[in-house]
Amino acid sequence: MSSPKSMQQPMALRLSSAGFLAFWCLLASFPIFWIAVMSFKDPIDAFASNPLSVIFGPETVATGRGLSIVSIVVGAAVLWYTVHLAVTKLPRVVTQLTPPELIVPGWIIGAVVFALGFLIVFFGILPPVLGVLNSVLGPLGKPILGLTTEHYQAVWAENAFYENFINSLIITVGVVTVSLTVGTLAGYGLARSGSSLAFWILIVALVFRALPHSVLVAGYLPPFINSAEILRPILGEAAPTLYGKPWAVIAVLVSINQPFTIWMLRSFFQNIPNELDEAARVDGCTHFQAFRWVIMPVMWPGVITTGLFSFLLAYNDYLVCSLLLDAQNQTMVPAIAGYFNRETTTTDQVEAVAAAVSIIAPLFLLIMIFQRQIVSGLTAGAVKG
Amino acid sequence: MNAKTFAAFVGPSIFLMLLFIAAPLISVFMQSFYITQPVFETVQVETCTPGFPNQTCVTEEKVQPVLGEDGKVITTVKYVGLESYVNVLEPDRAWAALKALDFGSLLTIDFWKALRFTLTFTLVTLPLVIGVGLAIAITVNNATRMIRGPIIFISLLPFIITPVIGALSIRWLFIGDGIMTAFLEWWLARDISMFAQGWTIELLMMFYRVWHVAPFAFVVFYAGLQTVNQDTLESAVIDGASRWERLRYVVIPHLMPLIVFISLIHLMDSYRVFEEIVGFSSQAYRISLQWLTYDLLTPDDSGNRSISRASASAMLTMIGIVVLLVPLLRKTWRDHKGGRV
Repeated sequence: MSSPKSMQQPMALRLSSAGFLAFWCLLASFPIFWIAVMSFKDPIDAFASNPLSVIFGPETVATGRGLSIVSIVVGAAVLWYTVHLAVTKLPRVVTQLTPPELIVPGWIIGAVVFALGFLIVFFGILPPVLGVLNSVLGPLGKPILGLTTEHYQAVWAENAFYENFINSLIITVGVVTVSLTVGTLAGYGLARSGSSLAFWILIVALVFRALPHSVLVAGYLPPFINSAEILRPILGEAAPTLYGKPWAVIAVLVSINQPFTIWMLRSFFQNIPNELDEAARVDGCTHFQAFRWVIMPVMWPGVITTGLFSFLLAYNDYLVCSLLLDAQNQTMVPAIAGYFNRETTTTDQVEAVAAAVSIIAPLFLLIMIFQRQIVSGLTAGAVKG
Repeated sequence: MNAKTFAAFVGPSIFLMLLFIAAPLISVFMQSFYITQPVFETVQVETCTPGFPNQTCVTEEKVQPVLGEDGKVITTVKYVGLESYVNVLEPDRAWAALKALDFGSLLTIDFWKALRFTLTFTLVTLPLVIGVGLAIAITVNNATRMIRGPIIFISLLPFIITPVIGALSIRWLFIGDGIMTAFLEWWLARDISMFAQGWTIELLMMFYRVWHVAPFAFVVFYAGLQTVNQDTLESAVIDGASRWERLRYVVIPHLMPLIVFISLIHLMDSYRVFEEIVGFSSQAYRISLQWLTYDLLTPDDSGNRSISRASASAMLTMIGIVVLLVPLLRKTWRDHKGGRV
């Protein structure tokens, strides 16, 4: 594609815009890259003022923990081959083995099996093999790049971060499922109803979206703490204390998320032609049957995108979880506050860094897989105004 | 679609929103006029210590909370009117400070301090987010097709990662003798500690927010740029418009609705600024309105939460939201009425 000469850019402009883009990419990725590097180093290296010693970690190498050239090359090769497999082989195997109507569970199982295989090869088989190789190869086998996973081990095993991980998992899975179920129905109803009431519901939802979450939590706290007494006349002795219960937090997060969810799903449903369900109605379907058999098969792109954003809201939430859950069933993000408030020794600090990296690693994968959906979700609401 | 089916579809969602958004709002409003406090009683306590030849006994009056049958502290709820609001706003001190034109002492009151920071934060980051987002969108749009995918991927990183962690990751670059501080010290040849005074933390917080939200603005503007009318651009070229004029008179007007959209979303979101305070641990220097409510809701050393004051501060925060939303709602209302006529 060649553009007309007048539209071509002068050299200076192209150079400066390339420079600007490079600068932005550096700015966007650097802090994240840097904490990932820090999390693998000894505290002295991690907080060194010389960037090179943070990257190469001389102190970490000096204690014999590091990667040799051989290890780096082999590790990189394995990583590259994994990505290659994931992009080429995995989709083919999944589509061959699963019938089309089970494609979503098929993908989930495929991804889990693939991830497990990778973890076994990369962390189970590779280190002993490389250990033997390094001892045989002499100078090439000497560690040059400091790397230690001890902070991750400390965080996940000793400090039982996996408990927080499980809590996060429960809450995010709950929020995504419930808010999509409720939101899809409402979004469909709102998209297909031209009534004035639907308009007002959307406007009120917009107002609700702007509310600070702390305002709402101030409303939840007293009833949640005393819920056992409040609910006793209705539920008898089985009345629960809502404070500290994950499912209560799920209900809260689902509701806080509802305004956004119904706005987004409504705009996706509006893109599905009305003729589809009208045809089904003519053939004698009720609205629910039309929704079940005609709309549901075609709505998945919109639902997946909305689900991603519900996931992010629940996963990233600090305020609601930290106030409504107690220390025993805290999720990952508020739990990390415990680390950096404690930060008494530099080891604690690096452990906090490792915990932080553990939290954002799944998000990194998420963008890699769902970049297209995220972008379409961001623009869906906006471009239509 | 008749009313019954509509209700069946929308019902669950409306129920959730009423129960967990509308009802708490009303209850916060009510809570702000009442305080719950333990009932105290004054009792005479005789404490005796062994002594010789007689015990030494002291009788003293003690104030202690009354315990109910289940061993819990009995509490009463008392109507206090606007007292909680007065406690939060401290109008006497604020007024005295205003009269003396002494803004320093006005800003020692938590609420005014939080309000000052929240407003500055919102208004300073807004143009930066729009500007940076637009600049990235335009340059990416001019770049070769091949590198657009990776750039969008990298740009999404700051937007998607957990806000608290994003703030932390920037904090760790600057903390102590972190590499950015070391770099700045080498560059400016002076001692720098970013976390020893308020304004540097404030700068970092604003930087973080722009870093975090600019990708969102970028993606939206980039999508908008795809729909710019090429014919208009070409005719502008034929009319001899320079690159800058084309941007100013063709592209920006086309993107105007999106700029308004981003501004609104950004105003709503940065008015709720909270995660930065946690991430940068800035509560000693800078607090925001939402953090003020959060702090009042967190149990203090004796395990009490000042629900009433928190509710008052929450209601005061709401005023800002209302001010923000009224123009938007008026416009929507006019469009809605206009659309039907």
